[in-house]
Amino acid sequence: MSDQAFFLWVYLSQTPLLWLVVTLGAYVVADRVSQAFRRHPLCNPVLISVVAVGLVLWATRTSYPVYFEGAKFVHFLLGPATVALAVPLYENRRVVLRAIVPMVVALVVGSVTAIVSAVSVAKLFGMPTPILISLAPKSVTAPVGMGITEALGGDTALTAILIMLTGVVGSIMVTPLMNALRMKDWRARGFAVGLASHGIGTARAFQVHSLAGTFAGIAMGLNALVTALLLPLVLKLLLD
Amino acid sequence: MIISLTIILLCQLLGEVVARGFGWPVPGPVLGMLFLLAFLMLRDRIRRRVPEFGRALDSTGRGLLAHLSLLFIPASVGVVQRLDVLAEYGVGLIVALVVSTFVTLVVTVVTFVGVSRLSGSTMEAADDPTAGEKP
Repeated sequence: MSDQAFFLWVYLSQTPLLWLVVTLGAYVVADRVSQAFRRHPLCNPVLISVVAVGLVLWATRTSYPVYFEGAKFVHFLLGPATVALAVPLYENRRVVLRAIVPMVVALVVGSVTAIVSAVSVAKLFGMPTPILISLAPKSVTAPVGMGITEALGGDTALTAILIMLTGVVGSIMVTPLMNALRMKDWRARGFAVGLASHGIGTARAFQVHSLAGTFAGIAMGLNALVTALLLPLVLKLLLD
Repeated sequence: MIISLTIILLCQLLGEVVARGFGWPVPGPVLGMLFLLAFLMLRDRIRRRVPEFGRALDSTGRGLLAHLSLLFIPASVGVVQRLDVLAEYGVGLIVALVVSTFVTLVVTVVTFVGVSRLSGSTMEAADDPTAGEKP
C-alpha cells in the first residue's frame, strides 16, 4: 500500500462516517434483494446485512468496537423506534379493546411459554447461565429484548442474533403450521406470530392478511411489555 | 416533525429516568412507549379544540418504524465477537429456538381461540375487512 492510501485508510477507519455508510449501504442492498425474492422469509434483510458487514469487517481486519463507533448512530434510533410502537397500538385501540379478554390470556400464557420452553430446552444442552439469560427474551422485539438481557447481566450481542433468528424461524413456520391446525381466526393467527416472532413475524403476518398483521403488531408491543415485567421472575424460578 | 421527534425522545427520557430512578428491570423505551400512549390519548382530547395539535406525531412514528430492520444491524453484527459461542452452543441454541417458537405459536393460537369462544368475543364480521370477499 502506498503512503497516501495508507494515510487515507487511517483517516477513514477512525471516523464514524465510513461504518455508517457501510451499514446503510448493506441494508439498502439487502432490502432490494429481499424485494427481488418477494420478501421470501429466508431472504431476511437483517440476516443478509449482517453477513455482508461481517465480511467487510473480516476483510479489513476491523474490530467490532471500531465498527460500532460509527454504527452507534443507527443503533441509538432503536430507543425512539420502540417508543414509536405506541402509534400503531393507539391507532388500533378499538379492535384491540373488543378482543381484550382472549388477548390478555393468550398474552400471558404465550409469553411465559416462550421463555420457559426456550430456557428448558437450552438447559438440556447444558448451557451456562449467561447464555440462558441471553436466550430467554428471544421472542421480544430487539430493542426491548436487548434491554432485558443487559439489565440481567446477559450478552446483548448474542440476544440480538437469537432474536433475529427467532423472527426468521417463526416467519417460515407460521403459515404451514396454522393451516395444519385449521386455524381460521386471523386475529389469533396474527397474535401468535407477533408474540412468538416480534417484528419479523409481524411483517410476515401483514403479507398474509391485514387483520393478522394488525394483531401481530399489537402482540409484539404487548409481549415486549409483559416479558420485560415477567422475565426476571420466571427466570429466577427456572434457574434456582 | 421536529416537535414530534422531541416528544418521542422526551417520552424515552422520562422512561429511562423512571426505570433507572426506581431501579426497575423494565427497559426505559418500553416505559416511554406507555408515556407516548398516554400522550396520544391526551392529544386527541386537546385536538377537539386545537385541531393542529400533535398532528405530525403519527407520521413521525411510522417513519421511525418504516425501516425497523436497519436499526437491528449494528447490534446484530456483534455476532462476529460471538462466533466462538455459536461454534460451541450453536446446535443447542438452534434446537431451542425452533422447538420454543413452534410450541409458543401453537399454545398462543389455541389459547386465543379457546378463550375467545368461552368469552363470546369470537371474530365478528365487522372485525374482518375482507369478510365480504370470501366465497
